[in-house]
Amino acid sequence: MFVVIDYDMGNLKSMSNALKALGIAHEVSGDPGVVSRATAIILPGVGAFGDGMRALERRGLVNALREQVIDRGTPYLGVCLGMQFLATRSFEHGEHAGFDWIAGDVERLAPGDPGLKVPHMGWNELTIVDAASPFVRDVTAGTAVYFLHGYHFSPAPESSPCVVATTEHGMPVVAAVQRGHVFGVQFHPEKSQGAGLAILKNFADYAHAHAEKAPDPVSARS
Amino acid sequence: MLKKRLIPSLLVRDGRIVQSVQFRHTNVIGNVITAVDFFNGWAVDEILILDVSREHTGREEFLDIVDELSERCFVPLCVGGWITSPGDIETLLEHGADKITVNTHAFRNPGFITEAAKVFGSQCIVVSIDVKRAADGAAMVWIDRGRESTGVAAVDWAKRAVDAGAGEILLTSIDHDGMRKGYDLPLMKSVAEAVSVPVIAFGGVGHWSHMVAGVTEGGADAVSAGNIFHFTEHSTKKAKEYLRDAGVDVRDTFFYRVSIPRRPRYKQY
Repeated sequence: MFVVIDYDMGNLKSMSNALKALGIAHEVSGDPGVVSRATAIILPGVGAFGDGMRALERRGLVNALREQVIDRGTPYLGVCLGMQFLATRSFEHGEHAGFDWIAGDVERLAPGDPGLKVPHMGWNELTIVDAASPFVRDVTAGTAVYFLHGYHFSPAPESSPCVVATTEHGMPVVAAVQRGHVFGVQFHPEKSQGAGLAILKNFADYAHAHAEKAPDPVSARS
Repeated sequence: MLKKRLIPSLLVRDGRIVQSVQFRHTNVIGNVITAVDFFNGWAVDEILILDVSREHTGREEFLDIVDELSERCFVPLCVGGWITSPGDIETLLEHGADKITVNTHAFRNPGFITEAAKVFGSQCIVVSIDVKRAADGAAMVWIDRGRESTGVAAVDWAKRAVDAGAGEILLTSIDHDGMRKGYDLPLMKSVAEAVSVPVIAFGGVGHWSHMVAGVTEGGADAVSAGNIFHFTEHSTKKAKEYLRDAGVDVRDTFFYRVSIPRRPRYKQY
């Protein structure tokens, strides 16, 4: 079962609606026990990094996610804040530790041009950096998706191969990442109409194929 | 570069879509979900839905509409009307809104904008400003659905609203509303130049070229319209094509077949 993580940070209904439209069975839950049985995990999120990490910690989700995603290899998709959590640390209102699954920092957008606004809000075009990634199958360069963020993921040099797509907002902005079974998108696929649904579907297809290949995480443990 | 956004507006009165001419509701168009189907679902970048009911009745129906809309639209959904507390905002977000727009209550209590932005983020709070020209041509703010004059200049209130935490301004000309002669461009321009947040132009579109002018002459980041979409087949698609052919950087649509039913279950409104 796909699990959409509920930790009171963001519009889960949109994500749930998008998965429903794609015919993907899922559960919305903030229960670490449910996370430990997930076949794929989607972590949406809108809000501040520090608040988000605290909300996850309070529910015992940081450990549960690490066990399920890193130790057991369950596919993970982080959306917006859920992608930023992948970083080593964030500088949003202070310094906060992230999951550190893809080395890098989360920093304030600094587009340079005073005509460009922060937050970066609206539809912007993707540049595909890694066309071989299953994440962007059938997604062509120039496809516009919906962004809404004031901070962005700046990958460490060793993480640059993880960048799948970027966009441009007076500066290059990482739009999608993949490291093995860990995926992240800075934009909102659940609000990016056909293009977004296609990208969600790509993740779901990957997760389904992965589940068939890998032993069931629960039965493997017993 | 960010695309200019096309945002159809749905005015809902007692559960039905209405048209508006200078803030008087004229034709009842009918079922909201049908209208969204007519929007073809695909060419729009965002949807704005406002509860313009005169009395605070039919709210449950309105929330049902927001629910159904959010299940079908997959673009940001901005919802407004009858918002007077953070609880009202929370309710709308739970029903699938991504942003909310607030007008009269924000004008009377600018602290509400700050409070709401703190809880939900500025990106969630769109301040709606309705403007009427005075006899001397000054652009002045009117509240309570255009019934109460405030004596405050539109540009001044827009600046204060942004300082208070508004993430966007929805700027409507009451004089131009429903008149099909285009936006009040000098008004749009004066506000767009005065604030650092995106401005959505609304009120008066009678031809797609008016939307182009909203961007090129009015400096708007997004263009909205209501009435014009109701009677034109594939209207949003045509609007998009017109904008693109006129050189406005708009989003091309990306088709992806989804398995939701073409028609939802109908309710008796």
